[in-house]
Amino acid sequence: MNKIENNKAWFFVIPVFVVVAFSAVIPLMTVVNYSVQDIFGVNSAFWTGTEWYREMLRNPDLQAALLRQFAFSFAILAIEVPLGIGIALLMPKKGWAASAALVLVAMPLLIPLNVVGTIWQILARTDIGLLGWALSESGVDYNINANAVDAWFTIILMDVWHWTPLIALLSYSGLRAIPDAYYQAARIDRASRWAVFRYIQLPKLTNVLVIGVLLRFMDSFMIYAEPFVLTGGGPGSSTTFLSQALTTMAVAQFDLGPAAAFSIIYFLIILAVSWVFYTAIMTLQKDKSAQQ
Amino acid sequence: MAEITLKTLAHSYSKKPSGPEDYAIRKMEHVWAQGGAYALLGPSGCGKSTLLNIISGLVTPSEGDVLFDGKRMNELPPEKRNIAQVFQFPVIYDTMTVYDNLAFPLRNQGGFSEAQIREKVNEVADVLELSGELTRKAKNLSADQKQKVSMGRGLVREDVTAILFDEPLTVIDPQLKWRLRRKLKQIHERFDITMVYVTHDQLEASTFADKIALMYEGQIVQFGTPQELFESPAHTFVGYFIGSPGMNFFEPRLTGEGLIFNGKHIPVSEQILDKIRRSGSDNIKLGIRPEFVTLGADTSEQSYEVTVTDIEDLGTYQLVDVEFGPVTVKVRIPEDQPVPHEAASIGFPDPWLKVYVDERLVEADHE
Repeated sequence: MNKIENNKAWFFVIPVFVVVAFSAVIPLMTVVNYSVQDIFGVNSAFWTGTEWYREMLRNPDLQAALLRQFAFSFAILAIEVPLGIGIALLMPKKGWAASAALVLVAMPLLIPLNVVGTIWQILARTDIGLLGWALSESGVDYNINANAVDAWFTIILMDVWHWTPLIALLSYSGLRAIPDAYYQAARIDRASRWAVFRYIQLPKLTNVLVIGVLLRFMDSFMIYAEPFVLTGGGPGSSTTFLSQALTTMAVAQFDLGPAAAFSIIYFLIILAVSWVFYTAIMTLQKDKSAQQ
Repeated sequence: MAEITLKTLAHSYSKKPSGPEDYAIRKMEHVWAQGGAYALLGPSGCGKSTLLNIISGLVTPSEGDVLFDGKRMNELPPEKRNIAQVFQFPVIYDTMTVYDNLAFPLRNQGGFSEAQIREKVNEVADVLELSGELTRKAKNLSADQKQKVSMGRGLVREDVTAILFDEPLTVIDPQLKWRLRRKLKQIHERFDITMVYVTHDQLEASTFADKIALMYEGQIVQFGTPQELFESPAHTFVGYFIGSPGMNFFEPRLTGEGLIFNGKHIPVSEQILDKIRRSGSDNIKLGIRPEFVTLGADTSEQSYEVTVTDIEDLGTYQLVDVEFGPVTVKVRIPEDQPVPHEAASIGFPDPWLKVYVDERLVEADHE
């Protein structure tokens, strides 16, 4: 049978192609364009190749911001994931109490980012803020504008308050999806409470937790508004995270070339970490024999 | 080893049951003997899963007692009852290997060395034909293998005296169903364990079980061998539910001469007539299985004129609908038997025509 040469079906891809072009390819390519040139104005651009990239990778300020960024992201993940699961386990399962708990837990998620920053900025003030006042009254020398440890502590506490509910809600929905038969079988197998958590609940939560961790990693790695409002990146540059360093460079100093190169590196780091994490989790679930 | 006795057992899910319709299980007495293979058969919602969960301890009965070897078990949780249960959907521990799944109940129980566990797990895996899969992650198995793992967790325990199955073949492919059913039978023969198997499929029930308990509206209406359930249903529901198609029923009038239907006298023994009269009930039904109705062309003393309305050829047999006065009687005849056109006659051979008063079978006493 002769194959009919007709590849018109490719035209069906056009709508998706257009959407993706406008949503991702064109903006991203604009950045790529800036990152390999030095542009002074219309008609005065110079090709720089990988120079901006090399410069950015060697920049000690950015290296420090990157380290800070990783420290922050891992710290909040290490707190929010176990805490979120714990809250989900404690939440009531049915009746009006379940609805009430869901609304209460979800509340922080509904607050805009810069409002969260403002709330905590006021909360941390030692004169009128409840947290700052209580700490200084109890003898702690608390000042987020002078003490880097205090600033870090407050930012992490703020992020935990704001985003643990996301993990809790995801885990809660995952827990609700476990059929009763699993718990019944576990009772018949005489499993302890810990074994039920370790071998039934946690494995069944894997998928929602992968989503949760990826979302939280990406979001926290891009965090901007909250620390910017709360500490402005200080004291010094102790809470200046990557996005803030980038914004300073691109908007305040208008160094579009280096900022563009930096954006690409930033993007690739998030992509790489997410990919490694996802692949690692998926490999864990495979058979050992199948890997050999 | 245990004999499971249900004593004046009843269960209602509502706190204040006001009538019999509030009960999932209506007052019943029943004994499951040690080592038997039983099926609990019935339509959806008849209370069979509730009854199973009462035996395993997942549900506490609102009235009556559950006795294991005469010992009251009502308040004991499932983990203290020495039973195992296999659920409708395979329950396996996803992250564990098949080996760890099978070893799990033993490790929880404690007091076994790893060598003892290995020996027991290997033995059970061998019986279940899972030896080749022991190192695999349980979540990557097929549905029937997973169900075997669920079952295996019951078999590894030395102290298990009964395994309860709650429609365990629901998610299994049809071709694999009979193999797993055979496996269950072999396991039953090899281990001296009481098995109770809940299903709504009469074929599954009769291939698996020595004796079937048929449940209807919260009660066991008949407990007997598959043959007994087929040949002499104790309740009209048994006649209707067992067999394909179910029993033919029609309602005769009781007169001074006997039972009259469609203007014809239908002979039954004097003893039975006497019992019907004494019951004083006017809910009288006659029932006969389609397999036992005779179909012919000529009319004789013992047969009744009918009209053939439909013939269904099912490949291995024919199913003929005949109009017998106001009712349609189904007749099942061999593939090669010629079917008369329109006018025909049917007969009800003696031992197979059953009489029901108030839905219950009335039998002549055996001398």
